[in-house]
Amino acid sequence: MSPTDPAGLALRTEELAKRYGRITALAGLTMAVPRGEIFGYLGPNGAGKTTSVKLLLGLARPTAGEAWVLGAPISDPVAHRRARRRIGYLPELFRYQHWLTAREVLRLHCALADMDRAVWDREVGEALGIVGLTERADDRVGGFSKGMQQRLGLGVALLGRPELVLLDEPTSALDPVGRHDVREIIRALKARGTGVFLNSHLLTEVEQVCDRVAIVDKGRVIAVGTLAELLRSDAVRLRATGVTAAAKEAIAALGALDDEGEWLVVRGITPDLVPALVDLLVRHGARVYAVEPRHESLEDRFLSLLERPERPA
Amino acid sequence: MSHALIIARLVVREAARRRLLLALLILTLIIIMLTGWGFSRIPTFTQGGRLLSDVAVKTVASQFLILTMFMFSFVLAMSAVFVAAPSIANDVESGIALAVLSRPISRTEYILGKWLGHALLLAIYAGGAGAIELLVVNAVVGYLPPEPVAFLGFLIAEGLVILTLALLLSTRLSGMVGGVIALVLFGIAWIGGIVGGIGAAFDNATIGHVGTATRLVLPTDALWRGAVFTLEPAVVIGASSQAGPAAAANPFFAAAALPLAMELYAVAWVAVLLGLTVLSFRAREP
Repeated sequence: MSPTDPAGLALRTEELAKRYGRITALAGLTMAVPRGEIFGYLGPNGAGKTTSVKLLLGLARPTAGEAWVLGAPISDPVAHRRARRRIGYLPELFRYQHWLTAREVLRLHCALADMDRAVWDREVGEALGIVGLTERADDRVGGFSKGMQQRLGLGVALLGRPELVLLDEPTSALDPVGRHDVREIIRALKARGTGVFLNSHLLTEVEQVCDRVAIVDKGRVIAVGTLAELLRSDAVRLRATGVTAAAKEAIAALGALDDEGEWLVVRGITPDLVPALVDLLVRHGARVYAVEPRHESLEDRFLSLLERPERPA
Repeated sequence: MSHALIIARLVVREAARRRLLLALLILTLIIIMLTGWGFSRIPTFTQGGRLLSDVAVKTVASQFLILTMFMFSFVLAMSAVFVAAPSIANDVESGIALAVLSRPISRTEYILGKWLGHALLLAIYAGGAGAIELLVVNAVVGYLPPEPVAFLGFLIAEGLVILTLALLLSTRLSGMVGGVIALVLFGIAWIGGIVGGIGAAFDNATIGHVGTATRLVLPTDALWRGAVFTLEPAVVIGASSQAGPAAAANPFFAAAALPLAMELYAVAWVAVLLGLTVLSFRAREP
């Protein structure tokens, strides 16, 4: 499963780019996602997340670059179509034939995914159960709330035990219970070996379920790694008075300093250096009232990356 | 290919679920009842205080049938446009296409399925309603046109032509815009047919070419003339031919059967437009 072998990967992209006229939606995406992994794809609105998913699924064509989905290049329509039998997809814009019942929508997708007719009932029943729509199975989709339609979309994506599931903002229409359910579903998918590509701007969602995360902005990956890697830089918050310019200069040797008025935040400092930091402040005549070691949250990391793209991970 | 059949079935199912079939069925039955009553009155017409002769009854019935079927062909074209023009556009605009096209289905299969489903609906509706109307007329006035089966074939072909055009437009334009364009072109083709007839009547080559050109751009009127000819009893053709070439401008009359070349052209026209529809949709990104 080397990164250069697309067959061993769920997804791989190589300088994948998409332009709509003069607008660059994706500037040159290069990444690799191993099979069976829950991969978070994070970025602000307009970063090119949905465009990436559409390119991977063959719904849009790249202007440059190449991508492989379950080993099949997107430039080979026949191989890519075959690979799509093993892929589930929940679009960001989830709409299903409103004149059909939930069960009929699921059966339609069983047919479109070339599933053996003998397994349709089992697959549909399972999907309905997982997303909690068993009791509404025979109601028309037209009467569903947005949240129920998104649950149905998730059910559609789970049909046929796919090897890879691409979820584009899967909880956008769900309440807190629904969001919790989706996290449980994603964990269950991982347990059975299904890879999940989770496209989201909800950091807590990504933080709670993903093995690895890529942060994209303006159509490029600006950071990628496990959560531990991405969030490795610890920080310390201090409340102190009488901190002189000389003290601040001395602190800079230990870590990056953010002056928040009464509070100081020192980033990139390891826990074993905290006593030395306090000692240094005291020696410079400062009075220290509080010291709070802080583990950087994904949100902080995300914001700092977006603010300062010139200082990638 | 089975994917195309799945999509075709979906189209038929949508028409049934959204009560399109029911609405058409009820309205068509009302029209057939009303026209059937009208036809049944023809034998009671009098001329100079005497009932019409059997030949006169059949002549009047044949003319009335052509008018009725012209209206029916117009309704058929409108219905085909209303149903087909939003078919693909709505799938793309609503997002339904995203979920469907991410499955192992090709764009070609998707388009062929859409066309097949709509064509099937059209053929069943036009063939069924047309046949019932002919049978009702036969029952009430004892008149059956000379080539009823060929007539139904032309009627269905005319509908398929406008349907295919509406589907092509649906790959790029919203249902409303595509529908309006298809109907305007249908109207132009009809007028073009009359203009061409006038050109023939007055031996004016330029005007005649305009008619030919519109027939080639959209062969709906050509197929309608083919349909009219199959409805005309020999006595009508003979009488109208006496009127000279001026009769050619009459949109409810055809002096000759549609040439085989034109029939083949219409088939090729549908095939080429279907190919264009596939190409256009392949380049579309939902």
